[in-house]
Amino acid sequence: MGAELVPTVLKLAVMLLFLLQVAPIMLWVERRGSALIQDRLGPNRVGPLGLFQGLADAVKFMFKEDVTPAAADKPLFLMAPVLALLPAFTTIVVIPFGPDFLYNGRTYPLVVAPVETGVLLYLAIASLSVYSLVLAGYASNNKFSLLGALRASAQLISYELAMAIAVLAVVVPVGSFYLGDVVQYQRENVWNALPQLLGFLVFVIAAFAETNRLPFDLPEAESELIAGFHTEYSAMRFAVFFMAEYTSMAALSALGVTLYLGGWSLPGVDLHGWLGAAVGLAVLLGKVALCMLFFVWVRWTFPRFRYDQLMRLGWKVLLPLAIFNLILVAVLTLAGVL
Amino acid sequence: MEMLIFLIFAALALASAVVVVGHRSPVYSTMALVVTLFSMAVLFVVLGAPFIGVLQVLIYTGAIVVLFLFVIMLLNVGREEVQPSGQRAQAVMAILGAVVFGGLVMLAVSGVQAAAFPQLTPEMVSVKGLARELFRDYLLPFEIVGLLLLVAVIGATVAARKPPQVDVSSPDPKESEP
Repeated sequence: MGAELVPTVLKLAVMLLFLLQVAPIMLWVERRGSALIQDRLGPNRVGPLGLFQGLADAVKFMFKEDVTPAAADKPLFLMAPVLALLPAFTTIVVIPFGPDFLYNGRTYPLVVAPVETGVLLYLAIASLSVYSLVLAGYASNNKFSLLGALRASAQLISYELAMAIAVLAVVVPVGSFYLGDVVQYQRENVWNALPQLLGFLVFVIAAFAETNRLPFDLPEAESELIAGFHTEYSAMRFAVFFMAEYTSMAALSALGVTLYLGGWSLPGVDLHGWLGAAVGLAVLLGKVALCMLFFVWVRWTFPRFRYDQLMRLGWKVLLPLAIFNLILVAVLTLAGVL
Repeated sequence: MEMLIFLIFAALALASAVVVVGHRSPVYSTMALVVTLFSMAVLFVVLGAPFIGVLQVLIYTGAIVVLFLFVIMLLNVGREEVQPSGQRAQAVMAILGAVVFGGLVMLAVSGVQAAAFPQLTPEMVSVKGLARELFRDYLLPFEIVGLLLLVAVIGATVAARKPPQVDVSSPDPKESEP
C-alpha cells in the first residue's frame, strides 16, 4: 500500500492540476470564441487579449453576495453544487495519459486508478452527475428550476443509454474494459473513430446532451426557463456549476479521445520514460483541447432543440443506431474483421 | 484496512437505510437510498466483486433512483402530503419484515453451509466469469427474466395509457415521453 501511495498521489496531482485549469481557460475561450463567431470583439480589456478575464471573473464571483432563497430547501440547496463537481473530478482517475512507466525496476501504468472495469467505472460515476442538477432544481423551490431539473433527469437518463451502448461497441473488439488496453488496441490497429464511425457519432451527440451543452442545453434553456436548474444560485455557488460544466466537458472529452481518437498515443511515435510520459500527457491534453474547441464551435453555431425533438432523437434515433452499431461490431469481431 | 472500509460503509448503509424508511420528505428518502446503494457497491468491491459493484452504481444509483426522483418531482409530492398507507397495512408489513429478517439472522448465526451452491470465487464474479455463467450455463433463466421484464414494461405502458375518449372533438393531448 505504501509503495503504491506516492506514485498514485503524483498521478492524481497531475490530473487535478489539469482539470482545475480547465474552467478559467475555457471561460476565456468560450467568450472570445463566441465573439469570433458572432463577429464581435469579446472581452479584451483585462490583460493581453483579455486573458486575465477569468481571474477577474473569479474574484468577482468570490466577493458577490451569496443569496439563498428563503423558501429553498437549505441542506439540499447547499449540497447540489458540491455534487456537481464530484463526478467530473472523480471520473478522470480512469483515463490513461501515457505509456507504462519503468522506474526502479517496477512498471507503473500512467493512469491514476488502473482498474479492470475502467470504462464502466467512468460511466457509473458520470451517471451520478444528474443528482446535482435535479437537487439544485428541486431545492430552489422555483418553478423554472423545477422544470429544468425535470428535463435534466429525463434527458441525462435517455442519452446515457445511447452513450453506454456506443461505448460497449468499443469494448467488444478490444476485449477489455481497461482503458489502457483500449489505447493499446488503437496503437496496434487504427483509431476506433474510423472502424466505428457510427458509434463515434452517437457518442459525440450523446456527449453534448450529457454535458447540457447547446444544442441540448434544455435544463437551463435561458430563453424559456431563465437559467433552469441554477436560476436561484448566485456568486460562488453559481461559479461552481459553471466550473462543473467545463470540468465534465473536459473529462468526457478525455474519455472520448481515449476511446475513439487514440488517447495519449500518436501514430508513429513510440517514446518511453520521462519523455514518453511528457509527450503522452501533452498529446492527450492537445486532443482534449481540440474537442473543447469543437464544443464551443457547436454551441455558437446550432440553435437549441425543442424538448420533444430531443427526446425523439434520443430514443428513436440514437438508441437504435447505437444498438445496430453494437450488433454490427459484434458480428464483425466474430468474423475476424475487426 | 479492508475491515475498516467495510465497517465504515456497512454503518453508512445501515444508517442511510434507516433514513430512507424514516424521513418525512420523499426527496430526502430518495437521496438516502442513493447513499445506501452506493455504500453497498463499495461493499461489493471490498468483497472482491468490483464488476458487480460498478453495475450496482450504474444501474441502481445512476438510473433507477433517478427515475424515482423524477416521479417524485413530477407529482410534486410535498412533505405533508405523504400519508402512511394505513396502520393495519404498516403493521402487517412490519411483522413480515421482522420474520424475514429474523430468519436471515438465524441462518447466519446457525452456520449452516448451503451445500447446494458452489463456493463463490473472484473469477465467477468477474466480467468474463459472469458472462459465461449468464449466457451459457443459465441462458434459459436469463432469457425468461428478460421476457418477464419486457412483459412488465408493456403492461405498465398499457396501464398508464388513458382510456380512449368517446368524444373526439378535442385534439389528443400531447403524450409526454419519459
